[in-house]
Amino acid sequence: MKVLVPVKRVIDYNVKVRVKAGGSGVDLANVKMSMNPFDEIAVEEAIRLKEAGKAEEIIAVSVGVKQAQETLRTALAMGADRAILIVAADDVHTDIEPLAVAKLLKAVIDEEQPGIVLCGKQAIDNDMNATGQMLAALTGWAQATFASKLEIDGDSANVTREVDGGLQTIKVKMPAIVTVDLRLNEPRYASLPNIMKAKKKPLDEKTAADYGVEVAPRLEIVSTAEPEARAAGIIVGSVDELVEKLKEAGAV
Amino acid sequence: MSGSARETIEYDVVIAGAGPAGLSAAVRLKQLDSSLDVVVLEKGSEVGAHILSGAVLDPSGLEALIPDWKEKGAPLNVPVTSDKFYMLGEAGQIRVPGFPMPPLMNNHGNYIVSMANVCRWMAEQAEELGVEVFPGMACSELVYDENGGVKGVVAGEFGKEADGTPGPAYEPGMELHGKYVFLSEGVRGSLAKEVIAKYDLSKGKEPQKFGIGMKEIWEIDPDKHNEGEVTHTMGWPLGGNAGGGSFIYHLENNQVYVGFVVHLNYKNPHLFPYMEFQRFKHHPMVAELLEGGKRVAYGARAISEGGYQSMPKMVAPGVALLGCSVGMVNVPRIKGNHNAMLSGKAAAEAAFDAIKVERSGDELTAYEDDVRGGAIGKDLKKVRNVKPMWSKWGMLPSLALGGLDMWTNTLGFSLFGTMKHGKTDAAATEEASKHKVIDYPKPDGKLSFDRLTNVSFAMTNHEESQPSHLQLGDDKLPISVNLPKYGEPAQRYCPAGVYEVVEEDGSDPRFVINFQNCVHCKTCDIKDPSQNINWVTPQGGDGPNYPNM
Repeated sequence: MKVLVPVKRVIDYNVKVRVKAGGSGVDLANVKMSMNPFDEIAVEEAIRLKEAGKAEEIIAVSVGVKQAQETLRTALAMGADRAILIVAADDVHTDIEPLAVAKLLKAVIDEEQPGIVLCGKQAIDNDMNATGQMLAALTGWAQATFASKLEIDGDSANVTREVDGGLQTIKVKMPAIVTVDLRLNEPRYASLPNIMKAKKKPLDEKTAADYGVEVAPRLEIVSTAEPEARAAGIIVGSVDELVEKLKEAGAV
Repeated sequence: MSGSARETIEYDVVIAGAGPAGLSAAVRLKQLDSSLDVVVLEKGSEVGAHILSGAVLDPSGLEALIPDWKEKGAPLNVPVTSDKFYMLGEAGQIRVPGFPMPPLMNNHGNYIVSMANVCRWMAEQAEELGVEVFPGMACSELVYDENGGVKGVVAGEFGKEADGTPGPAYEPGMELHGKYVFLSEGVRGSLAKEVIAKYDLSKGKEPQKFGIGMKEIWEIDPDKHNEGEVTHTMGWPLGGNAGGGSFIYHLENNQVYVGFVVHLNYKNPHLFPYMEFQRFKHHPMVAELLEGGKRVAYGARAISEGGYQSMPKMVAPGVALLGCSVGMVNVPRIKGNHNAMLSGKAAAEAAFDAIKVERSGDELTAYEDDVRGGAIGKDLKKVRNVKPMWSKWGMLPSLALGGLDMWTNTLGFSLFGTMKHGKTDAAATEEASKHKVIDYPKPDGKLSFDRLTNVSFAMTNHEESQPSHLQLGDDKLPISVNLPKYGEPAQRYCPAGVYEVVEEDGSDPRFVINFQNCVHCKTCDIKDPSQNINWVTPQGGDGPNYPNM
């Protein structure tokens, strides 16, 4: 079985996100980028499937700017076998919308015929939480979202999902689209020897046009704003003072 | 897991640190012989992530290395258009005219750059030439051969538990062996420190001297922005408490670098370099510029200031120290990047000549001769007395006499010979009881910020489960000696709030090390009066994530 793992290049989780002057979006100039953390979990799960003998080949795929090559190299260093980069934008500020990404992934699925797609439940940059679901709709495959446990058993998979207030286990038919949540696993480090080896693993470069998919945005960003700064706190000396201050603030 | 589990790989030259020195060496080696195997290891999560420098760049180093840097798109976008120097008082300033300045102080032909971005570009150049560059890989150990020479480094060890034992995701890393190992870790590099001690390379030299540089990037009102403007100040708020001064550089995109340097030979352990920087921004001249603007990044890094007389021996069997692992900053010019690049080039040339005749693992004395006798030595020798004069006589007399000395040195002689620095910065610290406590104003959250808020703008992160990379020789000493004697100055000299003395009700004070906050400036390793803190590298990829610093 082949495993397809879509990975996205996003702003690094350590970076303090800053809105561009004028509010037209997030400033990505001079900013450290790395693999979407949920996608790292998906890559790790794919490697574990391969190590358990349930998968033969792991293909990482990324849609975006040319620099997403680095993200794919990370996936290869972790243990993916080969990678496909679909260049769909020149400007690092261009975010390809979920539907276009899903259509491109559908085209890759048609070519590669994987037995399962493992992807992050959402990207930490735009939090859309949509690509996996849209891909399931386009392919007509079963979908299992927010997975915190995955067991493949022949033609089906048992997936434990993180739902409000608890866990839900569902059985889906394979092939399936599984979107992964935080607690599924802890991704491994990309070790130096594996990073060296990853430089020699195949990375195919394509364009969105190669698949005949239109990537022009359908959504219009009206504005982007930073959260309001919190007002400074004060230390109160007594319960009475606290009650008084709360009354002043209209909180009680 | 023991060291024997590590894979080993052989290179011609192994380079620790992707700064201007290390990357220049890598580029030069491949220019000389494209068949050489060259690897550069960088502890930052990406090249540039740990680079912090002013910076007004004198392009002479780059010019010598990559003459067509302009065509190749080097990010030197902002030529210096004006250059101002002020003496600050608390409420006003006096502009010092340019004419008495020695010619070497002129910034004409220099560029305001982000050294982080210059290094990112240099890494691309190096990779195009076939250099292997691995960011996120810290060099944590040196590997010695049977004769005690350096034959390589260990890099890429991950996943240790807090007690130092391998955790579940442990990766032992690799041994990278080279015919020569170049240490270009920057100021107070942890491996360079080991090599200097092991081979006694500082013998007969003056002690190295340091400063702490803190820097913020501001986005300011476009009406106040003047691309290419360079301003330096001295005087307030440090006054007589410490040497140092500020810089304000207007780069592109309405951004301004605002920085403050405090010489680490200050005596008063109550001095709080970070708060001096924050206070400085409230000077009317600076406040006016920054008001309405936004601070977008913060960072700090130690600077080498010892200059010519403090450069240790730079070579030992199998290893060479480059750039600020030696200490090549020209203090009055506030520049070192050009020398870092020239040193990388010189080391590469010496290694190339040696490898060509099948030498390896010996001392690259030709490199050291080139540094001392060539352009770097000339640059540093002229200004060798400025720093010791400042330490000895204070700012104003040393400005006058230092200026005179730079003039006469330009003409080829000095009235002062070569002055000594004397004590190390750690030994310069005096007892707290001899000095007044300094009362610093509370940051207002608009122009000035509390330390922990600012540290979040260094975007630093460390895997919490690993051992602390700030090691104490004696873990009782901070409370038993430093606290009563010096008021434990680590609480103040650290620009990232790593060190705390916590006194809870009724219990004895405790010394707490929040190593997760560390921005890798190395000041603690330098300034601790008891010399009890050893900075070693945490796992690769940790530390600050600087943007265009």
